Amino acid sequence: MEWVVFLIVAACAIASAVGLVVRPNPLHGALFLIGNLFCVAVLYLMLRAEFLALAQVIVYAGAIMVLFIFAIMLLIPGRAEAGPDPLGPQRMLALPFAALLGLAVVIVLPHAATRAPAPMAPVGAQTLGQLLFTDYLFPFEVISVLLLAALVGALALAKRRAG
Amino acid sequence: MVPISYYAALSAVLFTIGVIGVLVRRNPLVIFMSIELMLNAANLAFVAFGRSRGVADGQVIALFVMTVAAAEVAVGLAIIVAIFRARYRISVDDLSLMRW
Repeated sequence: MEWVVFLIVAACAIASAVGLVVRPNPLHGALFLIGNLFCVAVLYLMLRAEFLALAQVIVYAGAIMVLFIFAIMLLIPGRAEAGPDPLGPQRMLALPFAALLGLAVVIVLPHAATRAPAPMAPVGAQTLGQLLFTDYLFPFEVISVLLLAALVGALALAKRRAG
Repeated sequence: MVPISYYAALSAVLFTIGVIGVLVRRNPLVIFMSIELMLNAANLAFVAFGRSRGVADGQVIALFVMTVAAAEVAVGLAIIVAIFRARYRISVDDLSLMRW
Protein backbone atom coordinates (compact mmCIF):
# COMPACT_ATOMS: atom_id res chain seq x y z
CA MET A 1 0.00 0.00 0.00
CA GLU A 2 2.73 2.44 1.00
CA TRP A 3 4.65 1.50 -2.12
CA VAL A 4 1.67 2.27 -4.34
CA VAL A 5 1.20 5.70 -2.74
CA PHE A 6 4.93 6.45 -2.96
CA LEU A 7 5.19 5.49 -6.63
CA ILE A 8 2.11 7.50 -7.63
CA VAL A 9 3.16 10.58 -5.66
CA ALA A 10 6.77 10.38 -6.87
CA ALA A 11 5.59 10.12 -10.48
CA CYS A 12 3.31 13.13 -9.98
CA ALA A 13 6.15 15.12 -8.37
CA ILE A 14 8.57 14.43 -11.21
CA ALA A 15 5.93 15.09 -13.87
CA SER A 16 4.94 18.43 -12.34
CA ALA A 17 8.60 19.45 -11.96
CA VAL A 18 9.19 18.66 -15.64
CA GLY A 19 6.05 20.63 -16.47
CA LEU A 20 7.43 23.65 -14.64
CA VAL A 21 10.63 23.58 -16.70
CA VAL A 22 9.00 22.76 -20.04
CA ARG A 23 5.90 24.97 -20.21
CA PRO A 24 6.62 28.39 -21.78
CA ASN A 25 3.89 30.18 -19.82
CA PRO A 26 5.11 31.10 -16.31
CA LEU A 27 1.55 30.90 -14.96
CA HIS A 28 1.30 27.24 -15.97
CA GLY A 29 4.70 26.76 -14.38
CA ALA A 30 3.41 28.22 -11.11
CA LEU A 31 0.46 25.82 -11.12
CA PHE A 32 2.80 22.90 -11.80
CA LEU A 33 5.00 24.01 -8.92
CA ILE A 34 1.98 24.10 -6.59
CA GLY A 35 1.20 20.52 -7.64
CA ASN A 36 4.80 19.55 -6.94
CA LEU A 37 4.66 21.14 -3.48
CA PHE A 38 1.50 19.19 -2.67
CA CYS A 39 3.16 15.94 -3.76
CA VAL A 40 6.15 16.66 -1.50
CA ALA A 41 3.73 17.43 1.35
CA VAL A 42 2.26 13.94 0.92
CA LEU A 43 5.79 12.51 1.06
CA TYR A 44 6.37 14.47 4.30
CA LEU A 45 3.28 12.80 5.75
CA MET A 46 4.70 9.40 4.80
CA LEU A 47 7.98 10.40 6.52
CA ARG A 48 6.16 11.17 9.81
CA ALA A 49 6.49 14.94 9.38
CA GLU A 50 2.91 15.98 9.96
CA PHE A 51 3.48 19.56 11.06
CA LEU A 52 5.93 20.15 8.23
CA ALA A 53 3.42 18.82 5.69
CA LEU A 54 0.80 21.29 6.92
CA ALA A 55 3.35 24.12 6.94
CA GLN A 56 4.35 23.16 3.41
CA VAL A 57 0.77 23.44 2.15
CA ILE A 58 -0.04 26.64 4.05
CA VAL A 59 3.26 28.55 3.79
CA TYR A 60 4.69 27.27 0.50
CA ALA A 61 1.72 26.35 -1.64
CA GLY A 62 -0.35 29.08 -0.02
CA ALA A 63 1.62 32.20 0.81
CA ILE A 64 4.78 31.96 -1.32
CA MET A 65 3.02 30.80 -4.47
CA VAL A 66 0.40 33.54 -4.10
CA LEU A 67 3.33 35.99 -4.10
CA PHE A 68 4.66 34.37 -7.29
CA ILE A 69 1.33 34.46 -9.07
CA PHE A 70 0.86 38.06 -7.96
CA ALA A 71 4.21 38.99 -9.52
CA ILE A 72 3.45 37.05 -12.72
CA MET A 73 0.09 38.77 -13.09
CA LEU A 74 1.66 42.16 -12.34
CA LEU A 75 4.54 41.85 -14.78
CA ILE A 76 3.77 39.75 -17.79
CA PRO A 77 0.19 38.58 -18.10
CA GLY A 78 0.78 35.24 -19.74
CA ARG A 79 3.58 36.44 -21.99
CA ALA A 80 6.01 33.70 -22.89
CA GLU A 81 9.70 34.02 -23.64
CA ALA A 82 9.87 35.68 -27.03
CA GLY A 83 12.48 36.95 -29.43
CA PRO A 84 15.72 35.39 -30.58
CA ASP A 85 17.78 33.63 -27.99
CA PRO A 86 20.97 35.69 -27.45
CA LEU A 87 22.83 32.61 -26.26
CA GLY A 88 21.58 30.40 -29.06
CA PRO A 89 22.55 26.74 -29.19
CA GLN A 90 25.06 27.37 -26.41
CA ARG A 91 22.16 27.16 -23.96
CA MET A 92 21.51 23.53 -24.83
CA LEU A 93 25.01 22.80 -23.54
CA ALA A 94 23.38 23.06 -20.11
CA LEU A 95 21.50 19.79 -20.60
CA PRO A 96 24.47 17.38 -20.71
CA PHE A 97 26.14 19.12 -17.78
CA ALA A 98 22.92 19.03 -15.76
CA ALA A 99 22.54 15.36 -16.64
CA LEU A 100 26.09 14.77 -15.40
CA LEU A 101 25.31 16.50 -12.12
CA GLY A 102 22.03 14.59 -11.84
CA LEU A 103 23.82 11.29 -12.43
CA ALA A 104 26.33 12.09 -9.70
CA VAL A 105 23.68 13.14 -7.17
CA VAL A 106 21.34 10.24 -7.94
CA ILE A 107 24.18 7.75 -7.50
CA VAL A 108 25.73 9.29 -4.38
CA LEU A 109 22.76 10.52 -2.32
CA PRO A 110 20.87 7.21 -1.84
CA HIS A 111 24.09 5.59 -0.61
CA ALA A 112 24.03 7.89 2.41
CA ALA A 113 20.82 6.23 3.64
CA THR A 114 21.73 2.59 3.91
CA ARG A 115 20.62 1.87 7.47
CA ALA A 116 17.06 0.76 8.17
CA PRO A 117 14.95 3.62 9.55
CA ALA A 118 14.34 3.64 13.28
CA PRO A 119 10.74 3.50 14.49
CA MET A 120 9.43 7.02 14.91
CA ALA A 121 6.24 8.63 16.15
CA PRO A 122 4.64 11.34 13.99
CA VAL A 123 6.29 14.70 14.72
CA GLY A 124 3.77 17.36 15.63
CA ALA A 125 4.03 20.98 16.66
CA GLN A 126 5.05 20.12 20.23
CA THR A 127 8.24 18.25 19.37
CA LEU A 128 9.25 20.80 16.76
CA GLY A 129 8.55 23.71 19.11
CA GLN A 130 10.61 22.15 21.88
CA LEU A 131 13.53 21.65 19.48
CA LEU A 132 13.17 25.19 18.12
CA PHE A 133 13.35 26.80 21.54
CA THR A 134 16.11 24.61 23.00
CA ASP A 135 18.67 23.20 20.57
CA TYR A 136 17.92 25.58 17.71
CA LEU A 137 17.29 28.77 19.64
CA PHE A 138 20.15 30.75 18.07
CA PRO A 139 19.30 29.87 14.43
CA PHE A 140 15.70 30.67 15.26
CA GLU A 141 16.64 34.19 16.39
CA VAL A 142 18.90 34.67 13.35
CA ILE A 143 16.05 33.62 11.06
CA SER A 144 13.74 36.15 12.70
CA VAL A 145 16.28 38.93 12.06
CA LEU A 146 16.63 37.67 8.46
CA LEU A 147 12.87 37.89 7.94
CA LEU A 148 12.86 41.43 9.30
CA ALA A 149 15.72 42.37 6.95
CA ALA A 150 13.88 40.83 3.99
CA LEU A 151 10.75 42.77 4.91
CA VAL A 152 12.60 46.09 5.07
CA GLY A 153 14.57 45.28 1.90
CA ALA A 154 11.46 44.41 -0.11
CA LEU A 155 9.77 47.61 1.06
CA ALA A 156 12.80 49.73 0.16
CA LEU A 157 13.02 48.12 -3.30
CA ALA A 158 9.33 48.40 -4.09
CA LYS A 159 8.98 51.99 -2.97
CA ARG A 160 8.77 54.53 -5.75
CA ARG A 161 11.60 57.02 -5.66
CA ALA A 162 10.39 60.59 -5.22
CA GLY A 163 11.08 62.69 -8.30
CA MET B 1 7.93 0.51 4.21
CA VAL B 2 9.65 2.37 1.39
CA PRO B 3 13.44 2.59 1.98
CA ILE B 4 14.85 6.03 2.69
CA SER B 5 17.21 5.74 -0.29
CA TYR B 6 14.19 5.96 -2.61
CA TYR B 7 13.21 9.28 -1.06
CA ALA B 8 16.82 10.44 -1.44
CA ALA B 9 16.83 9.42 -5.11
CA LEU B 10 13.56 11.26 -5.73
CA SER B 11 14.98 14.34 -4.04
CA ALA B 12 18.08 14.13 -6.26
CA VAL B 13 15.92 13.87 -9.40
CA LEU B 14 13.82 16.89 -8.39
CA PHE B 15 16.97 18.88 -7.62
CA THR B 16 18.40 18.08 -11.05
CA ILE B 17 15.20 19.17 -12.79
CA GLY B 18 15.45 22.45 -10.85
CA VAL B 19 19.05 22.88 -12.03
CA ILE B 20 17.96 22.34 -15.63
CA GLY B 21 15.23 24.96 -15.18
CA VAL B 22 17.72 27.52 -13.85
CA LEU B 23 20.18 26.86 -16.69
CA VAL B 24 17.80 26.64 -19.63
CA ARG B 25 14.97 29.10 -19.01
CA ARG B 26 15.20 32.84 -19.68
CA ASN B 27 12.27 34.19 -17.68
CA PRO B 28 13.52 35.25 -14.22
CA LEU B 29 10.21 34.23 -12.63
CA VAL B 30 10.55 30.68 -13.94
CA ILE B 31 14.18 30.65 -12.79
CA PHE B 32 12.99 31.66 -9.33
CA MET B 33 10.40 28.89 -9.32
CA SER B 34 13.12 26.41 -10.32
CA ILE B 35 15.17 27.59 -7.34
CA GLU B 36 12.14 26.91 -5.14
CA LEU B 37 12.05 23.43 -6.65
CA MET B 38 15.69 22.88 -5.69
CA LEU B 39 15.13 24.14 -2.13
CA ASN B 40 12.13 21.86 -1.87
CA ALA B 41 14.17 18.87 -3.01
CA ALA B 42 16.80 19.68 -0.39
CA ASN B 43 14.03 19.84 2.23
CA LEU B 44 12.82 16.42 1.18
CA ALA B 45 16.35 15.05 1.62
CA PHE B 46 16.61 16.66 5.09
CA VAL B 47 13.33 15.13 6.23
CA ALA B 48 14.16 11.73 4.73
CA PHE B 49 17.58 11.53 6.41
CA GLY B 50 16.07 12.72 9.68
CA ARG B 51 13.54 9.93 9.36
CA SER B 52 16.27 7.37 8.75
CA ARG B 53 17.88 8.39 12.05
CA GLY B 54 14.59 8.65 13.89
CA VAL B 55 15.10 12.28 14.96
CA ALA B 56 13.12 15.44 14.24
CA ASP B 57 16.15 17.69 13.66
CA GLY B 58 15.90 17.37 9.89
CA GLN B 59 12.38 18.74 10.04
CA VAL B 60 13.54 21.76 12.05
CA ILE B 61 16.17 22.50 9.39
CA ALA B 62 13.52 22.09 6.68
CA LEU B 63 11.41 24.63 8.54
CA PHE B 64 14.37 27.04 8.51
CA VAL B 65 14.89 26.46 4.79
CA MET B 66 11.21 27.25 4.20
CA THR B 67 11.62 30.56 6.05
CA VAL B 68 14.74 31.47 4.10
CA ALA B 69 12.87 30.65 0.87
CA ALA B 70 10.06 33.01 1.88
CA ALA B 71 12.54 35.83 2.57
CA GLU B 72 14.36 35.13 -0.69
CA VAL B 73 11.15 35.21 -2.71
CA ALA B 74 10.04 38.51 -1.14
CA VAL B 75 13.32 40.28 -1.93
CA GLY B 76 13.80 38.60 -5.31
CA LEU B 77 10.35 39.45 -6.60
CA ALA B 78 10.80 43.03 -5.41
CA ILE B 79 14.04 43.21 -7.43
CA ILE B 80 12.32 41.75 -10.52
CA VAL B 81 9.47 44.25 -10.22
CA ALA B 82 11.98 47.11 -9.86
CA ILE B 83 13.89 45.92 -12.96
CA PHE B 84 10.68 45.61 -14.94
CA ARG B 85 9.69 49.12 -13.92
CA ALA B 86 12.98 50.48 -15.27
CA ARG B 87 13.21 48.43 -18.48
CA TYR B 88 9.70 47.20 -19.34
CA ARG B 89 10.85 43.76 -20.37
CA ILE B 90 12.35 40.98 -18.37
CA SER B 91 14.80 38.47 -19.65
CA VAL B 92 17.85 37.55 -17.63
CA ASP B 93 20.05 37.93 -20.72
CA ASP B 94 19.28 41.67 -20.88
CA LEU B 95 20.81 42.17 -17.47
CA SER B 96 24.43 41.82 -18.51
CA LEU B 97 25.52 45.37 -17.65
CA MET B 98 27.82 44.32 -14.81
CA ARG B 99 29.17 41.25 -16.57
CA TRP B 100 32.63 41.44 -18.13
